Amino acid sequence: MTVSMLEAASPALDLERIRADFPILDQEVNGHRLVYLDNAASTQKPAAVIETIDRYYRRDNANVHRGVHELSHRATEAYEQARGKVARLLGIGDEAELIWTKGTTEAINLVARTWGEANIRAGDEILLSVLEHHSNLVPWQLLAQRTGARLRFLDLDDQGRLELSRVDDLLTERTKLVSISHISNALGTINPVSHIAEMAHAVGAVMLVDGAQSAPHLPVDVPSLGADFYAFSGHKMCGPTGIGGLWGRRALLEAMPPFHGGGDMIDYVELESSTYAPLPLKFEAGTPHIAGAIGLGAAADYLASVGRDNILAHERHLMAYALERMAEIPDLVLHGPRDPAERSGVVSFTLADVHPHDIATILDGEGIAVRAGHHCCQPLMRRLCVPATARASFYLYTGTDDVDRLVDGLMKARTMFGL
Amino acid sequence: MSLPLDSVYQELILRHYRSPTHRGDMDAPDAVVTMRNPTCGDDIVLQLRVRGDTIEEVRFKGQGCAISQASASMMSGLITGKSFAEAEPIIARFRDMLHGDESAARDKALGDLRALSGVARLPRRVKCAMLPWDALEEARKQVPGG
Repeated sequence: MTVSMLEAASPALDLERIRADFPILDQEVNGHRLVYLDNAASTQKPAAVIETIDRYYRRDNANVHRGVHELSHRATEAYEQARGKVARLLGIGDEAELIWTKGTTEAINLVARTWGEANIRAGDEILLSVLEHHSNLVPWQLLAQRTGARLRFLDLDDQGRLELSRVDDLLTERTKLVSISHISNALGTINPVSHIAEMAHAVGAVMLVDGAQSAPHLPVDVPSLGADFYAFSGHKMCGPTGIGGLWGRRALLEAMPPFHGGGDMIDYVELESSTYAPLPLKFEAGTPHIAGAIGLGAAADYLASVGRDNILAHERHLMAYALERMAEIPDLVLHGPRDPAERSGVVSFTLADVHPHDIATILDGEGIAVRAGHHCCQPLMRRLCVPATARASFYLYTGTDDVDRLVDGLMKARTMFGL
Repeated sequence: MSLPLDSVYQELILRHYRSPTHRGDMDAPDAVVTMRNPTCGDDIVLQLRVRGDTIEEVRFKGQGCAISQASASMMSGLITGKSFAEAEPIIARFRDMLHGDESAARDKALGDLRALSGVARLPRRVKCAMLPWDALEEARKQVPGG
């Protein structure tokens, strides 16, 4: 497909209308229209989400699951409705299987602490990959240190794809858990997690999918992925920061000990012991991020109204366009899969001897926001033999005009560095 | 408002970035400091040879951007042959310059390092320019009487 054909292809979204939903995009940065390409780090919020949070604090704010008064009732209703909205977006039929957490990091730590400590013993193995975000690495390192378990790692091929042929060798009867990201935040690689889950189950292991990058970008039907746990973050999918979730199979969640102790997670408390609330409250001690959950519910409504298939089609088109246009830039090295169908939302690159931080500063001067650095994936950077990369990441409000601005900015960086 | 990018990425800076002076290792240094910028993962290893009170030789290595590498290269050149007592006001003036002090940006004592004055207007990059200087201050603590 050529660039001109891509430009002519009819986009799945009415970009002008979508952009008008995001007030923050309507501004200039360093004298240029803001081009926000740091969506893998955090996404912008549509007015519907901002207004929902504003309305909650102005009209309905109170603690949940406690009071008999009107405001507590309204807050509880909105909070639990939000759980239903997010569950529906992700295909989760049993809402009690969706636990609110601060985000992906807390969700993974919850599993490592509760399921992990109840089930992992010295000599057991946990299989991860070298492209994991620190949040899907460090909790398992801590668990391994506490229990004497061993971490094993799936390697990558030269395009940043997991070496699936090695999975069979790495899975043994000692493997108790496999935890793999659905989409790499640093490279954009879409990993075949359903296939890996099947192989994990064949040796009796439990499978966790880090969905921080897939919940926003793919029309994921969580239970049908075939995994046992799925972790995600609200702020990467148009919702507020500080809210996200963990989905787990009911039987596993019920068998797990609680995570934090406190109010809301109890059934009956005596001085020496307590019984615990049923799912999902068993894992939700303390006053939760009520406004955050309600805001994430509004984000789920928003994404559903745009259509997750439409978002996917739009991003596929954009990715093909970006890979094509960036290939025009001399000395630019693209990391990750070359086939646009194998990647989502993220373009990671290096440009000759220009350090990624200098690229990011020069692009910032053009009003373009990208991330530079290790992307919380230091082991992956070492594996790719680069100290850092620059990363442009897209979302539903990103257009081919933004990619054009990025390409122009990179050409400027070349000129500035005398290339 | 536009960023002072042409000033920061001027030829002198790029020359130090691509062909730094004092890059490498030395045998039996008197002080070795490894410093890391945790937000970006860049690092520097600074090595000093000290005779009496004099910094006789400076070597650095590590990963870094144009700003941190040029800063390390020019710093190494400027402090070689100086005592810590002479280096101290230079460190302070350089810090002042990066915090926007315009008189420091004109101070001849900073030599070529004045080329980095534009970094003061890139607040998120001040840490990059300071990294080798922070390492120098740490190195001083390792030297008796430093």
